[in-house]
Parts: sequence; C-alpha cells; structure tokens
Amino acid sequence: MRALYGLYADGAAAQQAVNRLRAAGLTDGQITIMTAQPMEDFEFGHIDRKNRLWWVACGGGLLGMAAAFGLTWLTEMSWPIDVGGLPTYAWWPNLIIIFEMTMLGAILATVIGLVVTAGLGRRAGFYDPEVTDGSILVGVENPDPDKVKDLQAALESAPGGRIKTL
Amino acid sequence: MSHPPHQQINRDLLRPLLQTSWRFYVLVALPAAMVLTGLISWLSQVTFGFGISGIRWPVYWGFYVTNFVFWIGISHAGTLISAILRLVNAGWRRPVTRCAEVITVFALMIGAMFPIIHLGRPWLAFWLFPYPSERLIWPNFRSPLVWDFFAINTYLTGSLLFLYLPIIPDFAVARDRATGLRRRIYGVLALGWRGTPKQWHRLETAMQIMAIAIIPVAVSVHTIVSFDFSMAPVPMWQTTIFGPYFVAGAIFSGIAALLLAMAALRRLLHLQAYLHPVHFENLGKLLLVMALLWGYFVFNERLVTYYGNEPAEMTVFWQTQRESYAPLYWTMVVCNFVLPLILMGIRRFRTITGCIIASIGVLIGMWLERFLIIVPSLGHKYLPYSFGTYRPQPVEMIITAATFAAMILLYALFSKVVPIISMWELKAGDHPPADLIPPATEEHPIGELRL
Repeated sequence: MRALYGLYADGAAAQQAVNRLRAAGLTDGQITIMTAQPMEDFEFGHIDRKNRLWWVACGGGLLGMAAAFGLTWLTEMSWPIDVGGLPTYAWWPNLIIIFEMTMLGAILATVIGLVVTAGLGRRAGFYDPEVTDGSILVGVENPDPDKVKDLQAALESAPGGRIKTL
Repeated sequence: MSHPPHQQINRDLLRPLLQTSWRFYVLVALPAAMVLTGLISWLSQVTFGFGISGIRWPVYWGFYVTNFVFWIGISHAGTLISAILRLVNAGWRRPVTRCAEVITVFALMIGAMFPIIHLGRPWLAFWLFPYPSERLIWPNFRSPLVWDFFAINTYLTGSLLFLYLPIIPDFAVARDRATGLRRRIYGVLALGWRGTPKQWHRLETAMQIMAIAIIPVAVSVHTIVSFDFSMAPVPMWQTTIFGPYFVAGAIFSGIAALLLAMAALRRLLHLQAYLHPVHFENLGKLLLVMALLWGYFVFNERLVTYYGNEPAEMTVFWQTQRESYAPLYWTMVVCNFVLPLILMGIRRFRTITGCIIASIGVLIGMWLERFLIIVPSLGHKYLPYSFGTYRPQPVEMIITAATFAAMILLYALFSKVVPIISMWELKAGDHPPADLIPPATEEHPIGELRL
C-alpha cells in the first residue's frame, strides 16, 4: 500500500483525524496533510511552519551586492572612462546599481529557496484531486503494514471522513 | 466581506479558462489588429528612418519617451499596491491583488519597449547591456539610462515572480479540472503543487519577503526614471522634487489603471460576486489621497520655480501656464486634481461609474503630465537659438494607440489562461465559525480538539 488517507469536509474533522493519528503513534513528519488553502485557524495548519527563507533571501541579497560591486569595480577600473574629471569609481551612481542587484539577488534567492524547500518541481508523493475541490486530506504515506488497521481506525473515527487507499 | 462557497469560486473563476465564447474572439481581434498596425508603423519607421516621426532638433524626446514614462508609471499599479496591501494584511485586497499585479508586468513590458522604439537602429539596443564585448567598451555606469536598465529589469523580474508565485496553487486547481494538453501545461506550471502545510508556509513566507523587497524596488524604478530628467541641465528638470513627484504620480496613474481593469473584468467576466462596490470605494479613496498628493507636488514645483524667477525656467513656466501649452496644462490639472477631487471626494459620486470616469480622467491627465514635463522644456532650453517645437506625426500616434491596444490584448489573453482572481486567497479569507475552531491548549496555542 502506497498511501492510506481520509478526505474531510471541514477543518475540525481534519484536526481530529490528525490528533487520532498522533495518538496512534505517528509523528507530525509522518502525517501527510493537503488543503486547498492555508488553514491558519487550525493547529494542523501550523505544522512545519519554521523555515529559513529569510536567511536565504539575505544570503541572496549579499551575493547580489557582491556581484554588483565586482561588476562595477572591475569594469570601471579595467576600462576607465573620464567623465568631466569625476572619480573613475564613483560610489553614488554605483550605489544605484548595487542596490538593484542586491534586491534582485534577494528575490531570486527567495524563489529558488521556495522551490527547493517546498519540494516544488519534483515528483512528489501521492495526491488526490479532490483536495482542490475543498476536501482536506489527512493520511499516511507508505504506512507500516502492521499498523494499517490502527491507522484506518484512527482516520475513520473523525466525523465525515471518506477513507481511501492507493 | 462574503464570497461565494469554495466550489462555486472554482467554477466561476475557472469558467473563462475552460470555456470560450465568440465575444472573446471579438475582444481579442480588435486590439490585435491595432497592435499589428502599430507593428507595421514601427517597421516603417525603422525602414524609412526617424524623418517620418516628429522627433527632430531641439525636441528629441516626444511621444515615445512620454509613453515610456507613462507606462512605467502605470506599472506601479500592481506590485506596489499589492505588496503594500499584503503587508498591512488588508482583507479586501484578496480579489484585487492579481488584477493589479498583471497590470504591472504588462505595463513594464510595454514601457520597456519604448527606449528600443526610440532608437534609430534598434538592433543595437544590446549595447546597453553590461557585458564584456570585443569593442572593449562597457556602458557608462554613471548614466541614468544604464540605471534604468538595471532598475527596470530588476522590477520586471521581481514582478513576474511576484505574480507567478501565488498563481501556483491556482494552476494546481486548473490542472485538476483541465483535460488533454491543457492539463499537461497547467501541470507543468503548477510545479507539482499539493497544498501541504509546508508548501503553504513556504509560499506565504516567500510572498512576505517578495512584498518587502518589491516595494523599495518599485520606488527606486520611478525615482531612477525621474533621474533621466533631473540629472540633465534642462530648465524645469533639475529639481530634487522629481523623485518623489514621479513616484507619487506613478502610484496615482497605477490606481486609476487598476480601477479601470477591475471595472472591465467585473463586467466582461461576470465577477460581480467577487469585485464588490466596496473594492472600488476603497481604491477610490486611495485615488483621492493620491490626487491630493499630486496637487501638493505640483504646487511645490510651480511655486518654487516662480519664486526662483530664473529666466530660462520662467520661459518654460509661462509656456505651460498661459502660452502655447496652457490648454494641455489646465486640462491636466482638471483631469488629475479637480475631477478626482469632486468624484472621489463626494461620497455620493464614489460609485463604480464615478471611479471609471475619474480613472479615465487621471490616465489622460497623467499622460499629459509626462508630455508637459518633456516637450516644453526641450523646446525652450537656455539659449533662444535652440527654441523649437514638436509636432507628433501619424507614426507616433499609431504606435502610441497600439500600446494601449497591446495592454488590452495582453490582459484579455492572460485572463483567458489564468484565474484573474486568486482563488486560494479568497478561500483563505473565509474563516470557519468560532464554534468549529477547536479550543487552544498549552501544547497547541492555536487550538485542537481534545481526544
């Protein structure tokens, strides 16, 4: 069996299913939840909340800044242009380019960070199209064959659940 | 603010993607013909040279640079407004943000075309790119035109991603309902989205970071566009007020464009259940605030010039106040200040129709503002021998009209392939009744059901 899951009509029932699975001995990492929108009002919607995207963005910004500094410095020093006696490397105008590339670096790093950490663009585990119709999916991927009965009972105990297997 | 049930949201907002009526083809054919005409005009300009346009000494910047500044200004509609509304968590933003973000992307694309259209030899546009070439000549990093290159490209990249990221979950909805080739395309665009809590949190964090990053970029873009003028020794251009003045004007015209787009979408896609009068009223209030801010900047600019009494500046000043450009100037004041003040200031007029009339006025007024910044100054520089005038020629008018048609065309095509209102954000705005939310516990502060 590749997956065992239940589809629930509302957040309260899905929360019960999650709690029952926990009671059956599963950790949050072993429980798969899918929803059509963020479920901020329920505890299960806050699982796996911590992430390092802010740091990734800062890192990208620093990289962009370094690249801009390198581009302007190397270019202007290698091919100096005399503009009305102004310094060959002038900070004020270059700050504009450094700023833009810093922000570009932060933006690109954020998107790359999102794609990598959210597992986008990869062949992920199981899925049920009913999720985008509004059903909330709570289940287990590759469940332990010895525990399937307990897990099924846990999912069935939450009201209104439709249990499916793959 | 109530919205229809979730399944109806899917049905209503996916309908334009999955069904096509003859009206859509008519809507697309007309602007497409206009765009084609504009393309032919541009090719004729490339073939016969700038002699067929009205651009000549001393006014080298005419309609094309006016359009460039105008469209870059319109681009502030989306990403900036959307980012601000996201950051302050304004609930009413949900049906509005994507309509706005789309305007940004297309307006930037159209705006960024104009420096190329303005080139006599557009195939040499790549000389602006910062890369080591066999010519051993690099662009001058001190030039505001090179700053434009960096700023516009950063803003365009950021805006495209800012638009794309929140569409990913909606692509997944479309993927699950489409068939055949469409299903495969939406599947690729959805990047394997499943809607796990991890994905939602990452997406929301990414959108927060993007919103914070895109606001200073948006402000910098129009400030840098203003530097194209204020760094040049031309009367009425060298002023420190140009940066914020341009940014305020850009947001002003952006809101007007957004209101018009929303009104058109509401009517054509039957989105009355999603775009409520209150959305127009709220944006109408913002339009009013920006009209007042615009008036404040214009008053500042004019008063300081008048008190300075510098002869070259006063020549341009009087040209716009009571001489040849005065009719355009006072039309601009009526469109940008008087009209929105009356229509948006008096509550009775702050209706959808009132918003449409005020927005059309603002777009006309803001286009005139850009024109009046450029042409009178270039036509009246410091020495009278360099005085001249500008008469736009048909090729410039056709290309200008074609860009407006291009905006309509791109917007229509986009709303045909992507839900124009963010479905998941609408759904996320609906909270379950309090009795359905489990009580909080020590382990789970948000609350959970006790076993």
